[in-house]
Amino acid sequence: MSEPLLIIGNGMAAAKLCEELSQRALGRHAVAVIGAEPHLAYNRVLLSEVLAGHMTAADAQMKPASWWRDRGVTLQYGTPAAAIDRASRAVVLADGRRLPYARLVLATGSHPIRLPLKGMDLDGVHTFRDLKDVEALLAAAAVPGTRAVVIGGGLLGLEAAVGLAGAGVKTSLVHLMDRLMERQLDPAAAGFLRRAVEAKGVEVLLQAASDAIEGDEQGRVTGLRLKDGRVVEADLVVVACGVIPNADLARAAGLEVKRGIVVDDTLATSDPAICALGECAEHRGIAYGLVAPAYEQARVLARRLAGEEARYDGSVVATNLKVSGVPVFSAGDVTGGAGTEDIVLTDRGLGVYRRLIVKDGLLAGAVLFGDTADGLFYLDLITQRTPITAMRADLAFGRDAIAAAA
Amino acid sequence: MNAPLASPPSVKTTCPYCGVGCGVKATPDGRGGALVEGDAAHPANLGRLCSKGAALGETVGLDTRLLHPLVRGADGALARASWDTALDRIADGLKAVRNAHGPGGIAFYLSGQLLTEDYYAANKLAKGFLGTAHVDTNSRLCMSSSVAGHKRGFGSDTVPGSYEDLEAADLIVLVGSNTAWCHPVLFRRMEAARKARGTKFIVIDPRRTETAAEADLHLPLAQGTDALLFSGLLAHLAQSPAFDAAYVRDHTTGFDAALAHARAVAPDAEATARACGLDVEDVARFFALFADTARTVTCYSQGVNQSVAGTDKVNAILNCHFATGRMGREGMGPFSLTGQPNAMGGREVGGLANQLAAHMGFSPAEVDRVRRFWDAPHMATREGHKAVDLFAAIGRGEIKALWVMGTNPAVSLPEADGVRAALKGLDLFVLSENVAVNDTAQCHPHVMLPAAAWGEKDGTVTNSERRISRQRPFLAPPGAVKPNWWALAQVAARLGFGNAFAWRGPADIFREHAALSGFENARTRDFDISAFADLSDAAYQDFAPVQWPAPRGRPQGTQRLFAEGGYFTADRRARFVAPAEVQAAQANDAFPILLNTGRIRDQWHTMTRTGLSPRLGSHILAPFVAVHPDDAAPLDLVDGALARVSSAHGAALLEVRIDAGQRRGTLFAPIHWSGATSSHGRVGPLVHPVTDPLSGQPDSKATPATLAPHAAPFEGFVLSRRPLQMPQGLWWARAALEGGFGWRMAGSLGPDDWAQWVKAEGPADVAELVDGPSGLYRAAAFDGDGRLDFAVFVGTAGRRVAWDALKGLLGEDTVSAADRRSLLAGRRAGAAAACGPLVCACFGVPRDAITGAIRAGAHDAAMVGEKLKAGTNCGSCLPEIRRLLAETTVPA
Repeated sequence: MSEPLLIIGNGMAAAKLCEELSQRALGRHAVAVIGAEPHLAYNRVLLSEVLAGHMTAADAQMKPASWWRDRGVTLQYGTPAAAIDRASRAVVLADGRRLPYARLVLATGSHPIRLPLKGMDLDGVHTFRDLKDVEALLAAAAVPGTRAVVIGGGLLGLEAAVGLAGAGVKTSLVHLMDRLMERQLDPAAAGFLRRAVEAKGVEVLLQAASDAIEGDEQGRVTGLRLKDGRVVEADLVVVACGVIPNADLARAAGLEVKRGIVVDDTLATSDPAICALGECAEHRGIAYGLVAPAYEQARVLARRLAGEEARYDGSVVATNLKVSGVPVFSAGDVTGGAGTEDIVLTDRGLGVYRRLIVKDGLLAGAVLFGDTADGLFYLDLITQRTPITAMRADLAFGRDAIAAAA
Repeated sequence: MNAPLASPPSVKTTCPYCGVGCGVKATPDGRGGALVEGDAAHPANLGRLCSKGAALGETVGLDTRLLHPLVRGADGALARASWDTALDRIADGLKAVRNAHGPGGIAFYLSGQLLTEDYYAANKLAKGFLGTAHVDTNSRLCMSSSVAGHKRGFGSDTVPGSYEDLEAADLIVLVGSNTAWCHPVLFRRMEAARKARGTKFIVIDPRRTETAAEADLHLPLAQGTDALLFSGLLAHLAQSPAFDAAYVRDHTTGFDAALAHARAVAPDAEATARACGLDVEDVARFFALFADTARTVTCYSQGVNQSVAGTDKVNAILNCHFATGRMGREGMGPFSLTGQPNAMGGREVGGLANQLAAHMGFSPAEVDRVRRFWDAPHMATREGHKAVDLFAAIGRGEIKALWVMGTNPAVSLPEADGVRAALKGLDLFVLSENVAVNDTAQCHPHVMLPAAAWGEKDGTVTNSERRISRQRPFLAPPGAVKPNWWALAQVAARLGFGNAFAWRGPADIFREHAALSGFENARTRDFDISAFADLSDAAYQDFAPVQWPAPRGRPQGTQRLFAEGGYFTADRRARFVAPAEVQAAQANDAFPILLNTGRIRDQWHTMTRTGLSPRLGSHILAPFVAVHPDDAAPLDLVDGALARVSSAHGAALLEVRIDAGQRRGTLFAPIHWSGATSSHGRVGPLVHPVTDPLSGQPDSKATPATLAPHAAPFEGFVLSRRPLQMPQGLWWARAALEGGFGWRMAGSLGPDDWAQWVKAEGPADVAELVDGPSGLYRAAAFDGDGRLDFAVFVGTAGRRVAWDALKGLLGEDTVSAADRRSLLAGRRAGAAAACGPLVCACFGVPRDAITGAIRAGAHDAAMVGEKLKAGTNCGSCLPEIRRLLAETTVPA
């Protein structure tokens, strides 16, 4: 008799876990997935493409319904989980149903950060996190003459801004820092990125601290006031300042939670029957806000659930900005600093920039702009700790050049 | 734009490079260039051409030409002037010097590149009308020892044989001659003989040259011991069946003394081997082969001539041919391979300071004869200074006026730095040139005259086998360019000698020259071409190649001399000469290694012409010094590193080539690089001013020198569409490329310096790779049209990237995005890695293509030729192809 395995969350991490499980331990568990959103799991990374009109919501779907059905996975989406009853090993849904589990996996993802700004409740203020947000933004964008301001010059904000601009909205992007994606990019790459984003019709305002969202008597947004007094007029404000792990259920259930749900190297929470993965989890003090670590965790967890030995040692973070025509890749330690050496390839005419950070004869980080084809190659060199001294002269030109020189 | 002449589409002329004197057919392409092919009807080459000749069409452009007279003004700057102004300035300057210092204050320095007619005019003006015998030529550096040796042995400056003898010989002995590289077409003829009749080659050369690698026997003798080797051979021959007692008895004198001397210094093979630093078995084999092979031709070139004992070496060789009677008969004889296209012609008109004209000297009778013929008012009556002494006299201030024609002494003479300084002290320095800039032009000439270049010149030349051929124009002289004889005649007229120089054209000069050769000759002088003294203009135009002597009644010329004696000594006998004990310069503690200098395969002299050809520049990119591994090891010198080579006279920085074919304790460096093509690559300044006491020829092959590593932490290259000024303090060598230039460079300038240099060039659009910590910097700049403007590749020493893959971008009008992505990796998109240096210059085939063909199954040179054409034209790359065949591992 299969053990009931419950997965709370119907996002990319959950889908990946199911896929891995189906390949390793089909039939070992009776798997049920509980999703709050009324959709099949979709690729959240593609939301900006949907927003830009390059694809539909259906295109972003990760697996068709038949896929889930064929693998015997019970999908329970559209009804959020309300509580975990650890004592009786059951999950209580918002509609009151109780689903028992032998093993529970939390894949609850993250919440968008809401800024403590006056006017956040005005009509026309959105976050950019899920298909619902996208649908709202698309509806607003459909009104001719709409002006938007996006707060946040990180991955999410850039994708929202470029997506809106692509949908024909006059869009401004305001960012607190002096450059875009400052945590992933060095100033040079950020400069390339800014020019590329501007070329896509987005006005970029840096070192711009938001003061308040302004509205009219009807409660509708009219603009964003900055601390320097400037006002950016807008009918639409998108707050895209990042995410925080969604640990609400876990916290309520008494599991150990810091920034995210604390998991060990086996991805178990403080309750051995409950695991967590993806953006909601915090491993060795890090809550990753990216899909690649979630997938790595899904692979480890699937192996464990299949009865194998597997451990998760953390991920080397790589960022891929998914804005069409603006390839940006960043991996590893991009801050540089003492003991590190830089290899920099710059070609403004071609719009290509590559900075490789070397430490102790190993590749420690990579920032790529314009041509990211070798991103995963560099990521591999970083994670595999491959000595690069022999290939150093050709390193900036990527895998093919190194192969040709060998 | 060099305009083609309104003439038949194809013009028969001769190649302007070496002394082989190949016939070429030139067809102007209407765009200032010409298609050049070998003339199958010319007896020198029968249609063959070497890499240099085949690339002639690439060298006739006007980019580097001097097109108008330049005269130095009161402000000290050279400015464009009319011919009248320039000629007046020269005439006035010559008068002033003659009045103040006498005729001995005036000198001419001429060139084996000049046509006979130009040479004749210069010599006549100087020796007959200005009254100075200080007329010497760069042939002094090339073959004056052969001249002196021939005069001693034959009584005349005669090459007895013909090229056909090379094909009729069973043994060819090559002494001090890298024939495969320096006379490739003759080497092809020799190889044809080898194939047809099994001719054996013996190479006598301290270096294992490409020629030596092809030999049946290579004798890597110690520098300067050639005369000893041939003395040993004479001693051996005297007691062998090869000894021709009748010939010696009937046609020679001095045999006994020469033999006694030979027996004293080199009595047998063992003693000879010891004296020459050779294996006794090799020496014995050489002696036996020479003795046993009647049809033996002994060819000699600069390794014999450029020596403090050059004349004696020549005579030591001649002795062996006299002793065996192998003179002037089919397939046998001594054969001087001349370096320059018209060294022979220059000698015929008296281009050397110790000759008067038409192979006459300065005896009172000869001076009087020439005076009467020329009706000359101011005959020089004794020999003038030979080249090295001439420039020394200029340095001492004894000579105040110098007219240099068609040569680059600031590069090519020994102690060339001293030459530079000397030139700057002249009261009148006239330079007749066809290039606007060379090292000599940097030495403060007062007047520069634009001379006709190959393709425009009209006259005759004489090759190594005494064959006079026409050089015919196929391009109209551009700008204000004029032939040298015209400029000389104009100056003569301004000096009041107009009647004696009233030639209408080169045919007039040739007839006068021919008449002088026969004047009161009566078979007393070898050089007699009086058969042509009355040649019509039309016959001169159509003049077919002919070997002198061609006295009246024998216009068909003469193929061989001396088979039946008839030497030009007073008693008509040849002279055996016992070589003197010559104290050659020795390596010593301060300068422990001997520097040998010479040519490489694809360059000519100071590269003012071959340096314009991209093909010729890609065989060897930079000035180098070849070092034996045992000499390199203690200095930690590695292949490709820079070394400082110094002598007591000067220094150069050269790229090290580790070469096991180099004799231990000796170096070899090429003569070609000048200040225009390299920063520190001139070897002329190192060469000691030691000369052969008889010929005055510099001893350019054995200067005591020292070798030291030169630290250059960074090295790389620059490619550019346009000429760029390299940074100060950098070592560089420049090569012509299709569509631009390439500089190989090395020095202490690192990534930051080069980044600044690139920035200062102000490119519109630049791509850069910077890896400061590993010393790497690469940049590519693109112009407004998206073409590659220039590229810089710098890395740490020993990590130089080849430019082969990228140089083609200079000739292209766009750079694809894919190419742009891979460019700074040193690669073209989709192309394999570097294709290696050029091996076959005629067909532009690089090394990797050849090794690829070998791996794909081409197992001999003929198959490589079938697949790639490489080696099928001039064949000068065949030794390299054979080496690659031996070295390349073929997959099983």
